[in-house]
Parts: sequence; C-alpha cells; structure tokens
Amino acid sequence: MKRLLPYLKGYGRDCVLGPLFKLFEAVLELLVPLVVARVIDTGIRGGDRAYVVRACLLLMLIGLVGLGFSVTAQYFAARAAVGFAARLRHALFAHLGQLSYAEQDRLGTSAMITRMTSDVNQIQNGVNLTLRLLLRSPFVVFGAMIMAFTVDARSALLFVGTIPVLAAVVFGIMLVTIPLYRRVQSSLDRVVKAARENLSGVRVLRAFRREEEEIRSFQKHSETLDADQRFVGRISALMNPLTYVLVNLAVVLLLRTGALRIEAGLLTQGALIALYNYMSQILAELVKTANLIITLTRSAASAKRAAQTLALPTGMPEHPEISRERQNGDAVRFTGVTLRYHEGGEAALTGIDLSARPGETVGIIGGTGSGKSSLVNLIPRFYDVTDGSVTVDGVDVRAWDPSALRRRIGVVPQNAVLFRGTIRDNLRWGAPDATEEEMREALALAQAAEIVDGKPGGLDYMIEQGGLNLSGGQRQRLTIARALVRRPEILILDDSASALDFATDAALRQALRTLTDTTVFIVSQRTSSIAHADKIVVLEDGRARDCGSHAELLARCPVYREIYDSQFKKEADAS
Amino acid sequence: MNPSSRDNGAQRRQTVRQVLAHIRRYRLPLAVSVLLALVSVAQTLYIPLLIGDAVDCAVGAGAVDFSRLAPLLLRIALCAACAALAQWCMSVLNNRIVFHVVRDVRVEAFTHVQSLPLSYLDAHPSGALVSRIITDADQFADGLLLGFSQLFTGVVTILGTLVFMLTIHPLITAAVVVLTPVSLLVARFIARRTYGLFRTQSEIRAEETALVDEALAGQKTIAAFSHEEATLAQFDGINDRLEKCARGATFFSSLVNPSTRFVNSLVYAAVALTGALAVIGGTLTVGGLSCFLSYAAQYAKPFNEISGVITELQNALACAARLFALTKEPAQIPDAPDAARLADVRGEVAVEDVSFSYTPDRPLIRDFRLRVKPGQRVAIVGPTGCGKTTMINLLMRFYDPDSGAILVEGRDIRTVTRQSLRENYGMVLQETWLRSGTVRENITLGCPDATDEEIAAAAAASHADGFIRRLPAGYDTVVGEGGVSLSQGQKQLLCIARVMLALPPMLILDEATSSIDTLTEARIQAAFMKMMEGRTSFIVAHRLSTIREADVILVMKEGNVVEQGTHGELLARGGFYASLYNSQFAP
Repeated sequence: MKRLLPYLKGYGRDCVLGPLFKLFEAVLELLVPLVVARVIDTGIRGGDRAYVVRACLLLMLIGLVGLGFSVTAQYFAARAAVGFAARLRHALFAHLGQLSYAEQDRLGTSAMITRMTSDVNQIQNGVNLTLRLLLRSPFVVFGAMIMAFTVDARSALLFVGTIPVLAAVVFGIMLVTIPLYRRVQSSLDRVVKAARENLSGVRVLRAFRREEEEIRSFQKHSETLDADQRFVGRISALMNPLTYVLVNLAVVLLLRTGALRIEAGLLTQGALIALYNYMSQILAELVKTANLIITLTRSAASAKRAAQTLALPTGMPEHPEISRERQNGDAVRFTGVTLRYHEGGEAALTGIDLSARPGETVGIIGGTGSGKSSLVNLIPRFYDVTDGSVTVDGVDVRAWDPSALRRRIGVVPQNAVLFRGTIRDNLRWGAPDATEEEMREALALAQAAEIVDGKPGGLDYMIEQGGLNLSGGQRQRLTIARALVRRPEILILDDSASALDFATDAALRQALRTLTDTTVFIVSQRTSSIAHADKIVVLEDGRARDCGSHAELLARCPVYREIYDSQFKKEADAS
Repeated sequence: MNPSSRDNGAQRRQTVRQVLAHIRRYRLPLAVSVLLALVSVAQTLYIPLLIGDAVDCAVGAGAVDFSRLAPLLLRIALCAACAALAQWCMSVLNNRIVFHVVRDVRVEAFTHVQSLPLSYLDAHPSGALVSRIITDADQFADGLLLGFSQLFTGVVTILGTLVFMLTIHPLITAAVVVLTPVSLLVARFIARRTYGLFRTQSEIRAEETALVDEALAGQKTIAAFSHEEATLAQFDGINDRLEKCARGATFFSSLVNPSTRFVNSLVYAAVALTGALAVIGGTLTVGGLSCFLSYAAQYAKPFNEISGVITELQNALACAARLFALTKEPAQIPDAPDAARLADVRGEVAVEDVSFSYTPDRPLIRDFRLRVKPGQRVAIVGPTGCGKTTMINLLMRFYDPDSGAILVEGRDIRTVTRQSLRENYGMVLQETWLRSGTVRENITLGCPDATDEEIAAAAAASHADGFIRRLPAGYDTVVGEGGVSLSQGQKQLLCIARVMLALPPMLILDEATSSIDTLTEARIQAAFMKMMEGRTSFIVAHRLSTIREADVILVMKEGNVVEQGTHGELLARGGFYASLYNSQFAP
C-alpha cells in the first residue's frame, strides 16, 4: 500500500487541511450540548429570555460555521482523492503498457481493465472517506468523553466504561461479518458461474437434454446463497439493537448517578442533559465508524491489487554488454535461439537456427502451439530470447533502440487489431507522414482498395473500437495495409490471411512478391500460403523439424507432407 | 399526462403486482414483521419521553424525587430491551422474506430461460441475461430489503414522533414540522445539480475504459508501431477531463450531508429556542425540552432515509421489471400434448419443402428438400458464414422451419418430444464447450449412469484415453473455469468421447479443426470415422476425403442450399461447387 502513497504527493496540503477542517467542525459539534446546558441552567433557571435567544442564535451560528468548515473539508478531500485517482490511473496505464508481454499475457486484459477502472474507483472512494471521516469519528467519540469529564468527572467515568463495551460490540460484529460477507460473495460467484455456463453451453446442454438437471443445480446454488445471506444478515442485524440497549443502559446509569449528584448539589439539570447528549453522539459516531471501516476494507483490497500491479517488473532489460557491431549480412538471423516464457517453464522454442537474406521470403508452418508466433515475435523483440541471439541487419536486437528497430519492421499480428479512428488515422500508425498516394498504394498491395472504396467517406470512414464495423477479412487486409504503408524492410505476417478467401489470399501473395526489397516472414497453417517462399521452416513443439523449399520438404519432410496432405493437395492432385 | 407516461404507470403497477404476488407466500412472516416494527418504533419513541420525565425528577439539589425516578429507570431499561428484541426479530424476518423472494425469482427466471427458444438466446448476449438473473435480482433484493426495513419504520417513526410531540407541545411541534422538509429540498436541489456532472463523469469514464480496453488488447500492435507515447498522451487527455469532472461531481455530491446537517442544526436551535421560552412561560418542563431535543435530532433522519429508500425502490422496481420481462418472454412451443417418444431410429431423415429465415425480411433457406437413408453421410460445404449452423439448428429442432417439415423415420419431428429427438442425435460442434467439473462429468453429460468401464471404452475409442490418464487426477481432473486448462484439440476429443459414450443413431459433426495441430487432427479424424460407421451423419465438411465420400453434398451459399448431389455430379454441373472446389482444393 505504501507504494501508492507517492501518488498523493502534491496533495499534501489537501490531505492535512481536509481532516483539519473536519476536526474544527467536530469541535463545534461537541460544543452544542454545552450551549444547551447553559440555556437550561442559566436561561431557564434565571428566566432570562434574552439569554435564551442569544444562546440559540449561537447554536445557529455554530451550525453555519460548521457548514463552512465541512464544505471546505469536503472540497480538499474531493480534490485530493480525485487527483490521486487520476495520477494512479495514469501510472497504472503507463505501467501496464511497459509490462513484458509475458506478464501481460499472464494478467489478462480483463483483469488489467478492472485494475484501471473499478479498483481505482474504490481506492478514490476510500481516500475520500478516509480524509473526511477516519479522524473525525474517533475524535468525536473521545472528544465527547473528554467534554463529559469537563462537565462532571464522576459521571464521566460511566463513559470510560461504556465506550470500550460499545466499541467491542460494533467492531466484534464487524470482524465476524466481514469473512461471512466474503463467503456470500463466493456463493454469489457460484450462482453467476452456473448461469453463465448454462447460457454459454445452451446448445450442448439441450442436445444432451440436461435442462432439468441444470435447474436443480442452479436451485441448489441459489439456496446456498440464500442461506449464507440470511446467516450473515442475522448477525449484522444485531449491531443496532445491541448498541441501542447498551446506550440506554448507560443512560439509565447516568440518570441514576446524575440524580444522586444533583441531589447532593454537585450537578445541575442542564449538565445532566448535556451528558445524555454526549452519550447519544458517541453511539452515532461508532456506528458511522463501523460502516466506514467496511468500505475501507474493500478499498484496501483494491489498493493492494493496484500496488501489486505496479510492483510487476516492466519490460525489456538493457543489455549494455551486447555488441552493437554488425555481425553478419543477413536481414534476420536466429542463432541457437531458445525461448522460455517463464523461468523453469517449458521451452516455447528450442535451438532455432535460421537466416534470411534481404528480400527473401520465409514461410513458417506448424501446428498450434508449435512456436510459430513465438518465433516471429522475437524479431521486433516483443520477448527476449532465453538463449542464443536474434540479429536484424546483422545487429543483435537487444542492442537496437527498440523504436528504431520496430520502425524497420512491419508487423501484421495474428489478431487483426484496428483502433478507433478513421481508416486514414489507422494507416498513419505505420507512417505518420504518409501521403494519400502512399496510402492508396499500400491499400492496393494489401487487396484493401475495394474496402476503402466501398465505405462512405473512403479513407475518412470511421472505424469503431476493435474494428467491429468491419468483417474479419476486411480487418486483416487493413492491418496488412497499415504495415505496408511504412515500406518496411522486414514484413511479418503472423497467420494474417486466415480470414481471407483463397482467391484474395492468392492475389495478396502475388502482390507481396512485387516487394523485392522487403524480407517477408509468413506464418501460416496453410501450405498454399507459403509454398512460394524461398525457404520454409517446419516447426514442431518449438523445434525446427526441417527447413527448405516446398518441393524439397515435400520430398523429404514427413511432417510437412502430413500437413500438406491434410489440406487436400494430394487428393486433389490425384483427382 | 401523455400516453407513454400512463403506460409507464400501468407497467409499474403491473410490476408491483408481480412483486406482491411473489411476496404473498410469505404474508405471515410479513404481518409479524409489520407488528414488530410497530412495537419497536413505539418503544423507541417512548424512551425519550421517559428520559424527559426522569430528568424532571431531578430538578435541583435536595429536590430529587427518587421514588418516581426508580420505576422510570426500570421502565427505560425494559423498553430498550423490548425495542431491541423486536428490531432484531424484525430484521431476521425481513432478511428471510427478501432473500427467499429473490431466490424464488432467480430460480424462476433461470427455469424459464431453459424453456426459451434458442432464437431468443442467440439474439441476446448471454452477458445481458446473466446480468438480469444476477445483478438485477441483487438490486431488487437490496431495494426490497431497504424498503421493508426502512420505509415502513420510517413512516411510522415520523407519524409517531408527530403524535408524541403534539401531546407535549403543539406549538414547538409546528416549528419542527415546518422546518424539517427544508433539508429534503436542499438534498434534492443538490442531487439535481450533481446529476448532470455524474452523467458526464460516467460518459468520460466509459470513453476512458474503451481506450484502455483497445490499448491493452492491441498492445503488441502499439509497440510494433512505436505508438506508446501517442497512446499515453491520448489517455492523459481523457484522464484530465475525467479528473476535472470527477472533482466537481465528488465535491458537489458530498455537500448533501453537511447541508442537511446544517438544516437539522437550525431545527435543533429553533426547538431549543421555542422550547426554552415555553419552559420559562411554564407550558413545558425541562424534561419535556430534553425530550423534544431528542425528537428534533431524530425527526429528520427518517425523512432523509425515506428519500434514499424511494430512489432505491424505484431502481429495484426497474430491475424487477427487467427480470419479470425475461420470465414473460414467450417460451418455445411446448411439445404437443400427444407428442410421442421417438424410438427405434434407424436414421432415415427427410426434409420436405423447408423454408426458414431468422428474420422475415431476410429469407434464407427456400423450399429445401432432402432424403437421407439410414447410414448415409451428408456433407455440408460452403464458404465461412454460409449458414451451415442453420442446418444443425433445424435438424436438432433448436429452431422450427417457417414452412415445410423435417421427418425422422417418417414422423414430423414436431410430433415427437424434443427430448427423444435430441437423444437420437450426437453432436460435436466446432466451438467445444466443457462445463467446469471433472473429465468424467463432462463425458457422462449424455449418460449420467455410465460405468467406469464404459467411460474408459468411449474415451479410448475417441483417442482421449491417453491424455486423460496423463492429467493430474485422471478422469477426476477438474477442467474448465478454474481447473486444468486443456488444448483446443483435447477439448474436442472430450466432446467426441461424450458422443461416443451415448452413440446415438444419428450424428451432427463439425470437422473444422483450424486451430488444432496435425497429429491431434488426425486422431480426431480417426475418431470421427469410427463414430460414423453405420450411422446417418451430417458433417460440416472441410476435408476433401469427407466430401468426396459423402452420399450427398449440400452446397450452401449465403444461407441457402444452392446445390445438392454427389461430388461427381456437382463437378460435372460446373456450378458454384465446381468453382469452390477449384479455388480451394485444386493446386
């Protein structure tokens, strides 16, 4: 949690002034019973109407000044809490962006979004309430006790006895219920899961005629939730009645002691009423504190998650020891590359040796999980090798300035990701100063010209978040165009033609062949997409099974032939 | 009143009626709860009066009436105990009623979902339905609980306080009654002012979330194009706007509490003033004044609570309305009362002049005819998105055709029970679905009573036995959410084992194996072949071998069956199939 404190920096003044003004207000509140006691003892007893009027005007003034104080306090608290939250969001967002991809994959997008949204909101709320209330309530409780002592020390001893008992009841119930509420939450999670699973598998469940069974199981989960909720409800419902009884018992004792002291002339009637009022204030504040603490435990859980996220190590370590010298004349070269995503985990790639001369086309083929994407992800240094080295233009990628490295490379990722904005905006990602002509050219190469022509506004057609208003094939072609706009030295197509029909795929391959200066890496599951490559790497379980041209591999590589056969070629040839 | 708001009123009344109908079952505890509320409120209001009397017993030195004081103190203690007990019992009863009602509503909604037609479920995102069954039901419970515990007691407290105050001093009562509503007005004024700010805040927040979502999902792309700084700058722009707006919204909304407390302190001062003057005038005792001050301090509380409760209740009603709307969605046409069990199926299927569309304005399948003899294989081919799942929907009777009929063993499938129809089909879809549970539970989905030997045999036949045995707990390994994660291919093998165990006379298979490695794919293919032996099979086909060996090929395009015949016939025809074949399979 300490990790989050720096984000409060600059709001130090607000963090002091907010609670301070709250305390001023509390002091005023503690004065009210004293004024009322004066009204009774001096005003009423002496029959002094003018005094009564003055005292009541004073009460109103106290109210007004209290309003001023508390508005000021709320202002500072809101400013600090909201400012803190904004900085925290910025820090989280920047940090998440710098995490290594291995960490990002491990966290998952939805968890990251929860950190940035609902967790930060919870924390903001927690900071706000802490600044406003956390000091105030204990202050009022103890202040009321001290004021009671100034009124009558003997009677005030009752307060000393009552406050711990009340506090024990309030916090005891709270401590008991917090874990029980957690249990309710997990019961609820099970109900949610049952409902979600039922809906996601509705076809299968109906095909297997499980409707009755599903209802029974859902009912069982709902019963458990119901029982858990009632159980914790019964306990937390004890809070108000118990404290109520306790305070009234204390009041009974107070009245008895007070009456004896009044009889002895040691206490006035007004003072007794003041003591009674202090007792009521204490009860109200303790209940408020209990509610506050429940909110704060929730915020604390969020704060812990946020702090853990910020503690995750970021990205790419520097490697000053690696030479910046040009080691070879290849566009890309892999030397003995091994990659593990997690220390001690299974290797995603093992002992890969591969080189591509400038202008060559390299095909990479293999089953799911064979390491195809891992291999190409090493070229723009999305991940660091565990062993061996990768060079681009003869220089180790770890010696490159990352953005200079990535500027030379056009990547078309497996998931065609486009961003909210016009088609033009998206293409400019590739090259910020691209001219209209250059964009048209890239679109034509990517077989995407017809998409733009078919959209109202052409290049200014607005793409929605995630490119939802485009089809999968359209998205893929536009991401290819985006990579081509920058005229990359190295083009990486990571299974990026999977949504294209065969004719478009073929046309795209034709077009890419005209880029004679560009080194092209094509990852695919289809032999037809890579058959024309200068060199094809066949991956299996992270190892290069073989490497060669289409014809060579067909002749000698059983894995390649198997893949090829499974995609109908053999049968088609025979027909 | 315009018609739409009258409709709203009618709809709300309708919702209230439905809520009441659900509460009816619990009317006895409810009546007891109301009684307890009355008892508890009466005692709570009586205590300040008793305390006032007690204060009046101790006027000054040597003037304390101990003989009157003692029974008063005893009575205070008894009343407090009584009120507390009543309050606790009331809470317990309210909890019981509310959570039972919500459980009932939830189970009812879920049960209804099981009978909703798939056309409804396909058209509504499952997240929205889950949110109705869970979140809406929760909010409904919260509102109902608050309503039970605070609305009624609040109203009773207000009325009771009025009565008690009037019996002591009507004039001071008037001062309280006139001033208290001011705090409500102030609260409402602030709420209205902040509403706009909150709406803007949630808009900006949504915008920010969208950006975060996009940026995180496209992280690699952002890095590949060195767009990190630009994205961060874009984020900061939104974040700054959010900060400004949130500062206003947070600050202004936090004014409600100080403002209402200020109004309450004015009421308090007014009571002190009029009360003290009344004491001097001799129409009130000091104890009476003290009692009045307690009343004044608590009088505003139920008002503030009630305004909160009313908002909550409105929200609860809105949630209940959504939930009830779900339970009122028309269910699928129930099985005919005389529907027979479909038994002794050999696998003869006939489709007669079937027309079908998901939406009336986009006709899909028109006058489709097909005859399948027992044991024949039907391959369904066509480009992606051509409507191959529509065929599955119709065969399994997930959807009914608009016209025409589908016959199994010569019987219209609408004249047999859905259960018995689906019992005769084995289905393996491309999107594998596993429930969270053990491997065994997943395999026995169709035959819960299968023995271990039968399960192992089915797994072995579908080439799943090997990897299952290598899982940490074998057949008892928990898979799915929160369990061991399986590869796509392993999931598919489990789904095949599931069908292999039941081994019904007709099969619906989807061959798509795009994300599966070659070895697993070969195994799946082998498992499919074994399963299809002697069974009528409908195959969403991707392999040339399957297509060429099929007895009938259905060629689909844009939702409709455009051609039908054997491989040779279709090639000779030189139509869509021929061009598809040439582009896909020919070198």
